[in-house]
Amino acid sequence: MSKIFKRGYLTLILLFLYVPIVVLIVQSFNAGVSRAKWEGFSFRWYIDLINSQSIMNALYVTVTIALLAAAIATVLGTLAAIGIHAMNKRPQGIMMTMTNIPMTMPDIVTGISLMLLYIFTQIPRGYFSMLLAHVTFNIPYVILSVLPKLKQMNKHSYEAALDLGATPGYALRRVILPAVMPGVITGALLSFTLSLDDFTISYFTTSPLVQNLSTLIYSEARKGIKPTMNALSALMFVALLVLLLLVNRRASLANES
Amino acid sequence: MNNMALPSWANWAMLLGLVAFIGMIALSIRRNRGVKRSLFAYPYGLWIVAFTLIPLLLIGYYAFTDRAGAFTLDNFKTFWDSNYEMHKQLIELGVNPADLGIARGNVNVDTLVYSLWMAFMCTLICLVMGYPAALFMADRSFKLGATLVILFIIPMWMNFLLRTIAWMSLLEDNGLINTLLTALGLPKMRLMYNSQAVLLGMVYNYLPFMVFPIYNSLAKQDRRLSEAAMDLGANSRLTFLKVTLPLSLPGVVSGITMVFMPSVTTFFIPRVLGGGNTEMFGDLIERTFLSADNWNVGSALSLIMMVLILMSLTLLRKADPEGEGSGTL
Repeated sequence: MSKIFKRGYLTLILLFLYVPIVVLIVQSFNAGVSRAKWEGFSFRWYIDLINSQSIMNALYVTVTIALLAAAIATVLGTLAAIGIHAMNKRPQGIMMTMTNIPMTMPDIVTGISLMLLYIFTQIPRGYFSMLLAHVTFNIPYVILSVLPKLKQMNKHSYEAALDLGATPGYALRRVILPAVMPGVITGALLSFTLSLDDFTISYFTTSPLVQNLSTLIYSEARKGIKPTMNALSALMFVALLVLLLLVNRRASLANES
Repeated sequence: MNNMALPSWANWAMLLGLVAFIGMIALSIRRNRGVKRSLFAYPYGLWIVAFTLIPLLLIGYYAFTDRAGAFTLDNFKTFWDSNYEMHKQLIELGVNPADLGIARGNVNVDTLVYSLWMAFMCTLICLVMGYPAALFMADRSFKLGATLVILFIIPMWMNFLLRTIAWMSLLEDNGLINTLLTALGLPKMRLMYNSQAVLLGMVYNYLPFMVFPIYNSLAKQDRRLSEAAMDLGANSRLTFLKVTLPLSLPGVVSGITMVFMPSVTTFFIPRVLGGGNTEMFGDLIERTFLSADNWNVGSALSLIMMVLILMSLTLLRKADPEGEGSGTL
């Protein structure tokens, strides 16, 4: 009895979580415009999607920004993690507090504060400003995935490399980097995903002329949702699913080793 | 991209600065034996100053100045009384605002109270729905537990705008639920454009954030503790109340934090699922900045929200000093 109740309860919660998504994906294959009536299976909205200039532009912006932001954040974040790890206790504490600030700040405040910065320094809002914003919210995640790897490392192997005649640069490349690589890659993937998914911060740091997928969805949603948006959602869902499965697999592999 | 804004001098200067910094670091690694590794954190330190600290200071600056840049507390007075500016101008003209029947405008305060109330309700519903789910999943005799955890995570990977829009097509007047109702011969219901719909959207978006930390703290509990309680004669209810529940409290605190924080600042959901009178504080801030174009008052509102969040974080940290159960994605 209690077992049936437990399973029934979990099933209900899962239904609650999945019904909207399933409905949305089913609708994306609906031949008609209606969101309530099934009018036959079709790829019509997917074809519309590919032919839509604004969606393709937004896709381009989203993907290139995610790639660039992930790359820059990974370089800066990995360097920062190595630096922070080598610091004395006090500066280390300050750096970690600074790293935690953007993570506890609500997205809307981060977005608005960056918008004020751009207005104040007269940096026009657009592609570049959005990229800088994405790098900003990505770096802490890279640091937090690299730091644990540095802590796991044998403290003495770097010094041993130096004693054996390696230059610091060589020791960094051949000793530290290989050891933290799993963390670096996890951080990069996490950055890429967060950047793909971000709406609030992008919304405040770009202009209406340069839209990523999220801000485009937002402006479309205000006009009423077109079925192409369903097709887009379905595709984005699958893309993020694959990406995060990758991240999770990496994370679990790293935990095992 | 033809519509990309051309970078101005400032863009190039910043880009150059960045490249120079990375180059400097690369050079110092290459040539200098005595380079200190802590130097590697400097570009990031600079980045934080430029893109986190200065922007935050700017919010502070705008919050305490007027449009001309002079120090003022008027923005906070406007938070308390949205008609404050009007009052001030009327008094300058020698008119008593009370004579015109203009009272205190309580829109801003009411929106804040409404947001806090909605966030509280959302957290409560998530807790009531999520705790049993976490408990059942963490049950050792339930073999599917680990799989279910993944099933709980997957919906979170969908863009939150799309998740919210998905509800729209269910709840609309001509949506799926109403079509089903009509097909069954029942009258249509007005499901959208009210607080309940907004609450539903919030619970839907934030429920997994409640389930994970609780599940984590339950799953890693030493099972021998509850077995010992049973052996010593406690029934399963007493064991739960005296052993399992208290030990899972850190997870509950984390869950509350992870749901309440984003709930207060909820943005977009009220606009899509709610009606005219369901505006929340996040939307108010956005509207003050972008529609009303008033950065000063908008900054003051942001500052108030940040202080509220920091206060609640501090309170919650006290309840869960080790930050257990957090760190889940």
